[in-house]
Amino acid sequence: MISQFFVLSQRGDNIVFRDYRGEVQKGSAEIFFRKVKFWKDDGEEEAPPVFNVDGVNYFHVKVVGLLFVATTRVNVSPSLVLELLQRIARVIKDYLGVLNEDSLRKNFVLVYELLDEVIDFGYVQTTSTEVLKSYVFNEPIVVDAVRLQPLSPAAIFMQGTKRMPGTAVTKSVVANEPGGRKREEIFVDIIEKISVTFSSSGYILTSEIDGTIQMKSYLTGNPEIRLALNDDLLIGKGGRSIYDYRSSTGSGAVVLDDCNFHESVRLDSFDVDRTLSLVPPDGEFPVMNYRMTQEFKPPFRINTLVEEAGALKAEVIIKISAEFSASITANTIVVEMPLPKYTTRVSFGLEPGAVGQRTDFKEANRRLEWGLKKIVGGSEHTLRAKLTFSQESHGNITKEVGPVNMTFTIPMYNASKLQVKYLQIAKKSSTYNPYRWVRYVTQANSYVARI
Amino acid sequence: MAPPAQAHRSPSPSQPSGKGEVSDLKSQLRQLAGSRAPGIDDSKRELFKKVISYMTIGIDVSAVFGEMVMCSATSDIVLKKMCYLYVGNYAKVNPDLALLTINFLQRDCKDEDPMIRGLALRSLCSLRVANLVEYLVGPLGLGLKDNNSYVRTVAVIGVLKLYHISAPTCIDADFPPTLKHLMLNDPDPQVVANCLSALQEIWSLEASTSEEASREREALISKPVIYYLLNRIKEFSEWAQCLVLELVAKYVPLDSNEIFDIMNLLEDRLQHANGAVVLSTIKVFLHLTLSMTDVHQQVYERIKAPLLTLVSSGSPEQSYAVLSHLHILVMRAPFIFASDYKHFYCQYNEPSYVKKLKLEMLTAVANESNTYEIVTELCEYAANVDIPIARESIRAVGKIALQQYDVNAIVDRLLQFLEMEKDYVTAEALVLVKDLLRKYPQWSHDCIAVVGSISSQNVQEPKAKAALIWMLGEYSQDMQDAPYILESLTENWEEEPSAEVRLHLLTAVMKCFFKRPPETQKVLGAALAAGLADFHQDVHDRALFYYRLLQYNVSVAERVVNPPKQAVSVFADTQSSEIKDRIFDEFNSLSVVYQKPSYMFTDKDYRGPFEFSDELGNLSIAAESADNVVPAQGVEANDKDLLLSTSEKEEIRGATFNVSGYSAPLYDSSAASVQSELAIISSTSAGSAPSSSLAIDDLLGLGLSAAPAPEPASVPPSLKLNSKAILDPGTFQQKWRQLPISLSQEFSLSPEGVAALTTPQALLWHMQGHSIHCIASGGHSPNFKFFFFAQKAEESSNFLVECIINTSSAKAQVKIKADDQSTSQAFSDVFQSALSKFSV
Repeated sequence: MISQFFVLSQRGDNIVFRDYRGEVQKGSAEIFFRKVKFWKDDGEEEAPPVFNVDGVNYFHVKVVGLLFVATTRVNVSPSLVLELLQRIARVIKDYLGVLNEDSLRKNFVLVYELLDEVIDFGYVQTTSTEVLKSYVFNEPIVVDAVRLQPLSPAAIFMQGTKRMPGTAVTKSVVANEPGGRKREEIFVDIIEKISVTFSSSGYILTSEIDGTIQMKSYLTGNPEIRLALNDDLLIGKGGRSIYDYRSSTGSGAVVLDDCNFHESVRLDSFDVDRTLSLVPPDGEFPVMNYRMTQEFKPPFRINTLVEEAGALKAEVIIKISAEFSASITANTIVVEMPLPKYTTRVSFGLEPGAVGQRTDFKEANRRLEWGLKKIVGGSEHTLRAKLTFSQESHGNITKEVGPVNMTFTIPMYNASKLQVKYLQIAKKSSTYNPYRWVRYVTQANSYVARI
Repeated sequence: MAPPAQAHRSPSPSQPSGKGEVSDLKSQLRQLAGSRAPGIDDSKRELFKKVISYMTIGIDVSAVFGEMVMCSATSDIVLKKMCYLYVGNYAKVNPDLALLTINFLQRDCKDEDPMIRGLALRSLCSLRVANLVEYLVGPLGLGLKDNNSYVRTVAVIGVLKLYHISAPTCIDADFPPTLKHLMLNDPDPQVVANCLSALQEIWSLEASTSEEASREREALISKPVIYYLLNRIKEFSEWAQCLVLELVAKYVPLDSNEIFDIMNLLEDRLQHANGAVVLSTIKVFLHLTLSMTDVHQQVYERIKAPLLTLVSSGSPEQSYAVLSHLHILVMRAPFIFASDYKHFYCQYNEPSYVKKLKLEMLTAVANESNTYEIVTELCEYAANVDIPIARESIRAVGKIALQQYDVNAIVDRLLQFLEMEKDYVTAEALVLVKDLLRKYPQWSHDCIAVVGSISSQNVQEPKAKAALIWMLGEYSQDMQDAPYILESLTENWEEEPSAEVRLHLLTAVMKCFFKRPPETQKVLGAALAAGLADFHQDVHDRALFYYRLLQYNVSVAERVVNPPKQAVSVFADTQSSEIKDRIFDEFNSLSVVYQKPSYMFTDKDYRGPFEFSDELGNLSIAAESADNVVPAQGVEANDKDLLLSTSEKEEIRGATFNVSGYSAPLYDSSAASVQSELAIISSTSAGSAPSSSLAIDDLLGLGLSAAPAPEPASVPPSLKLNSKAILDPGTFQQKWRQLPISLSQEFSLSPEGVAALTTPQALLWHMQGHSIHCIASGGHSPNFKFFFFAQKAEESSNFLVECIINTSSAKAQVKIKADDQSTSQAFSDVFQSALSKFSV
């Protein structure tokens, strides 16, 4: 049961504010914002998504820099409220095409319309974009999408690559195309976040893939859809220890630890032929989430060398090797490494002829940063950094630096080998041939090499 | 930087300040109100938008209320909606003006378009104006019968809104029975769900005054209703499913077949992508199987994978909520999660609130087979740039060391921390080494060698400094420089800001004095003088106490300060098992995230509907038997194995008190450590002043001697109780919920009583002999829980008692509720006297 819902800008202004039950004082947005901003004096810890001030519980999620907040005085399920906040953000995005402060401000009346139907007197009524369509009468005012921050993981497809129809992801479910007619199309995105920790000797300590099959349908008439996954897909690892690498792979089968499904998904024939059938509702939604700890080949190897070079000096060499096919290119790569706190100066040396690379020493938090626009599969890149210290290091320099952390995005690559074999639209018409987009992308979640 | 403190936002310079704009709007609206020009709706829309946007940023636009209403005569639905929103916001503060809107809202309630009917009805009910309720009843009645389901869903919530504006109007109009009928018959699942929400709220609030409402509320968790809802579960939206599952978790099935049926039916809900649905389902599974140890463990195994998947999918906020629940399960049954420890490793970019939870889980699941790897991982974090997490990691290593697995390797690691020369690492490690030495004195040799090399100048944090000083005092015979380090610390007495450190310094100097008198004598004098002159009360008192003690008898003083030591086996847990069980009962709620039961953070008025089953919910099992002496088997004895860890700790609590002869520093309350030293005197020199020593025992509740039957017991109780009192469990439950606690006390049990309490039944017969009847009981040694009741002999005035007995500490915690509050003290005396005679 929710008492109030509001959205705050980064500066703490109310963009929308809806009071459903009148149980929480009107100044709650201010109380909330102050609390979040000044959670701990040292600023080292951020406020948790749920906290209580004077008997009022505040829930918040951060979406594209905006704070979506709910308050209540009763002891509700935190998952329910946080899930709901996230869902409200998604519904709004479905309607506005793009979610950001600008689009929210321009469309706040429409947002109020949505909020009226999503929650009544604190109780959730519906969060289905489709159902809500019949209650919403404002036309969305579309804002320019190009310079906007991406909201969903799917938005990463917009980065550069021409093959991706960028506008589709930011198309409102209700607004018509400029041409007046709606384009029949459906997007299926396989998005994987990978986490790998390498030991100092390069051995993989832990690895995990968290994947989502995300769907966004613009098909009229809600036809049924069948999605076929790998035939040899296995789910669950009966009896085996989750981190038992010896017995995995080899056969080539994809073994998921576990997965869950959107409520529209029917699993009637899933056990037989690994096919999911569903009638996709309007808007963006995850068809399936999955998790895998089966061994996989990490896309990058990181080699780091740290050596003392005199009394107040040290040298760091970081080498990145891309261990994937040359037809694939990773983009927006950032490599970070914490340096000793007494580091005063860093001079960088890149390979001769390096393009699209930048280096930086973040003095405030003593961090080395190395950015690369893209890395082609099979290539290697090296960074040399000479550090200057203000005091002598105590003994072992390697204890004072690291670990190296890396973030990247690799389109058209998926670490798990999970595939959508085919996407069938059950609509009988010879002329009906909608666009079908099946796209893969892998992102680093926590990609860490210890020193 | 801080936003302004006043309740109303002062608009930032870029935003309009209010007044001028509002009067501007007023005149513009007025112009439009009468106009019928084409395109007028578009201009109206623009104006309305402006009004709403002012409203959003906190400018008071109630002044244009009249004009807004005048403009609302339109067929444009977007305009209507904006107008409804505006009216809903300001009607409460302008009740007179609100009357203006009734007319058009009532008209819209009869519109042809169901959308308009629904919208109008919702707005009508949202006015929150008490003197307008008469206008609500008619439209609501029609709305509930509307053939459009949207209108019905709105009407059902409308009934709830009406109840909150004027409960009598809602009850008199007989709306709750109508809702009940709809709930059980309406084809639309959202109507059903809204009925359930509304009825839960209404009947929970009514239950305090109406027996019938209380019965109705109980009926919601009866078999027919539960089965009806369960059979339709897949029709409901995901949110409504959560609502239903929350209700099912309160249902008590008759037999295990029923339990398995429900679980099989809900099995696939665990694969839902919505974390809230999964957690509600898990709650049902956990609560249904509480009394079936084996199945309960299987449930843990079953829910592991879905929970881990939820943690790693979704936003960080969502995974935090799920992780908190995983945390509570791990803490209850660490062994089930022992092989999954790698899932609790911290990731680079996780927020610190997530890392903290993970560190606690890693600590909990450490066992013989995984300790080495876990500690290795934790040591990586200790060198981390994130200082708070580095600290937590070191503490985690220490906790694992104290859990006894593979101590050898861990001690080496801890000593390495001391050599890392990062001040915060050293500080944390010192505190840990101190705790470790209290538990494993055999390691003193290795540790002292390293600790001795640490310069006290490099240690600034009070806790760490106190730990270092404690070790200097405790091991002064092994540390060559101890007296001299203490001397230099004493010389800087004035500069030491922390009273805690000064207290420890006093004690350490005393200890050192008895071990190495010639070297320490001078320092002792200086320390005592400084202590006596100290402005801090505790420091002063302790110095005075030592001074007089030394004056009185030096050998007694030595026994007090340096008694033979016993290693501490386990440190006391911070949270009682009672609290932990409460939190577990409230699974899938904020209690889990805050790690507190709801009564600690929720205002009384808002506990109603969600606090459906309070502690008495358990009792419904015992409700079938008439004689009520049959214990509610299995309810408290639930998942015995899983609970072991917490109840063990409870036992240990007593144990730590018993070894208080060991004068270790008690950091949390320095005063208490003086007291415990006092208590030791009284027990060692008991012969000299027995009466005073007893007084001290009582004061401290240390349980050093068998607690004597307290004074009131000897006075014949004046209260006469009805030996044939009857109270049915339903009434008991209801009364327990309604009455406030009039007394809450702790009594001691005689050792004989403790010995006789092998099963709950023994006490039941005894108490019945004193006209105190048991209505439900349960538990296993050392924790028992009883609910008793008694009635006055002359009148039917009841006393209700909750009594929790812990046999290892020989304590009974008693909560008494009474119809007649004035006699509750008298009854308490009777109860205590009866309890003290148990098995004597």
